[in-house]
Amino acid sequence: MFRRILRQLLYAAALILAVLVLNFLLIQLAPGDPAEVIAGEMGGASAEVMAAIRQQYGLDKPLLTQLGLYLGRALQGDLGMSYFYNRPVVDLILSRLGPTMLLVATALGFALIVGTRLGMLASRNPRGIASALVTVLSLVGYSAPVFWTGLMLVILFGATIPLFPIAGMIDVVKQGGLLSRVLDIAHHLVLPALTLGLVYLAQYSRLTRASMLEVLGADYIRTARAKGVSERQVFGRHAFRNALLPVVTVAGMQFGAIISGAVLVETVFSWPGLGTLAFQSILARDYPTVLGILFFSTLIVIIANLLTDFVSRLLDPRLAGGR
Amino acid sequence: MTDPVLDIRNLKVDFATRRGTAHVLDDVSFSVAPGELLAIVGESGCGKSMTALSVLGLIPSPPGKVVGGSILFQGRDLTKLRPSEMRKIRGGDIAMIFQEPMTSLNPVFTCGEQIAEAVRLHQKVSPRAAFARAVDMLRAVGIPEPELRARAYPHQLSGGMRQRVMIAMALSCEPKLLIADEPTTALDVTVQAQIFGLLDELRQKTGTAIVLITHDMGAVAEMADKVAVMYAGRVIERGPADAVLDDPGHPYTRGLLASIPRVDADPDTDLPEIPGIVPALTDLGRGCAFAPRCPLAVDACHAAQPRHVAMTGDHSAACIQLEPREVPA
Repeated sequence: MFRRILRQLLYAAALILAVLVLNFLLIQLAPGDPAEVIAGEMGGASAEVMAAIRQQYGLDKPLLTQLGLYLGRALQGDLGMSYFYNRPVVDLILSRLGPTMLLVATALGFALIVGTRLGMLASRNPRGIASALVTVLSLVGYSAPVFWTGLMLVILFGATIPLFPIAGMIDVVKQGGLLSRVLDIAHHLVLPALTLGLVYLAQYSRLTRASMLEVLGADYIRTARAKGVSERQVFGRHAFRNALLPVVTVAGMQFGAIISGAVLVETVFSWPGLGTLAFQSILARDYPTVLGILFFSTLIVIIANLLTDFVSRLLDPRLAGGR
Repeated sequence: MTDPVLDIRNLKVDFATRRGTAHVLDDVSFSVAPGELLAIVGESGCGKSMTALSVLGLIPSPPGKVVGGSILFQGRDLTKLRPSEMRKIRGGDIAMIFQEPMTSLNPVFTCGEQIAEAVRLHQKVSPRAAFARAVDMLRAVGIPEPELRARAYPHQLSGGMRQRVMIAMALSCEPKLLIADEPTTALDVTVQAQIFGLLDELRQKTGTAIVLITHDMGAVAEMADKVAVMYAGRVIERGPADAVLDDPGHPYTRGLLASIPRVDADPDTDLPEIPGIVPALTDLGRGCAFAPRCPLAVDACHAAQPRHVAMTGDHSAACIQLEPREVPA
């Protein structure tokens, strides 16, 4: 157990290093010169000023030296200064990480809880109305792109039935205590989380339904019925936990995709998270920030995978290994 | 003679299929008394397992449906019970063990938890007491270190051990009737003998009636009090085990017994077999279902379903050859 965890952590560290190097090289291949962008922000500059900017940010050094310096600082927790915001990248990202994680966690939680429930409901009667509804819903949810769903929800709840705010995370004019602030954030969270969650809800309900139908045909379900377990318990206890295994695996693998989905959703809803930051940083050729965001996303995906592995082992004793 | 625990009378079960209605069980009758072991034998697909599932009310419905007859358990007709009443009987008064010990236990719960669940479904006991009962049951079925095994997951045990766990679970609520559906098919020969021995021992100890569905004629000869031979959804011969095995009345039973490999047989002669295959249950003719394969078939066999004819005592078979013929003058 301990050795396995250690091995996994070592893999994760190697992966992070590889990602740092690859991202750094990848960004260098992209067209555009950050010095020009910075100079542009300053309203134009002479050749001497451009050279000074290059020197200040280390852009005049050979590529390998730049990489070495970057890695050396990164290992000390310093991802450089943002060209655009003129703040340390780490501070910048940490200030945006919270809103993104809140959005992603809410969307994923919503998708997992409602999706698996819907799938279970559909599996009770595979030819019933609930089942047909899940199939149609999941088809629509899966084929509709996130930004389209987002825009539709904005039109519906922003213009037609103005129930939820369509931009930002907090109401700047509102005053009040902690509770009212939490409620305000929750209120703002509804539409972005719904948009991001719907795609995955569709997938998880479909997957749960298929998985449940397979599990319900298993011999141990017949055993459970033969010993007098009620249908409710057969579904909820004996079948559901087994049917959940593939869903957890898929959800874990998709965590990275959800974060990239968050970039789009945050942009649509002006959610002050990593996605909006990534979007703006790319436009501004703010390389240190882009690199920092890529690095943090990698870190989050790696942690999510470790967690998935842990949850899978918790659910399925066969994966836990050993006697 | 004591009253039978289980008395099945003229049971008929139909399955709706794409190719029409399949008469999966037709006019099935037999009974088992307390402490008795009845063996049901026959080829695959002849309705043995379906009979067992009908008793527990577990035939998949739709497409399956009990369309006639009765299943009397301690005098109550199980076909007329509400689902909630049936659930109380399932696993409590009537327990069942299945063919596939490798897949019959839920992989995500420990063996002890699964036995304890059965106990708690039928008895008002604390979780702790139920688990203690599970450990006792594991000990009773001959599992070494039962405290340890109760905390093991099914995948950590061998096939024979898992079947013992299934038996422990089935017997945990002291059922009046145990249905064992080919409990040894998936196991090694040495383990088969152990499982049969265990069932026989438990029956003698607890007085539980057993319906044993099996291919193993050796086990039938050794353990069974009564035998019912099934063919194409019907019981074609039934009676005391000795009588059926020594003096089979139906040509199918004779064929079945002749096709058992024997150690003392001449190694150069081929094992006799019954030619042909079991007919599809959707297009059974009016006559005897075995007639197309029967070496003794006459025209009359295809015309009408033969009745059960008493041979000696309780021994009867459904064959036209046994019917008293009108002696020509």
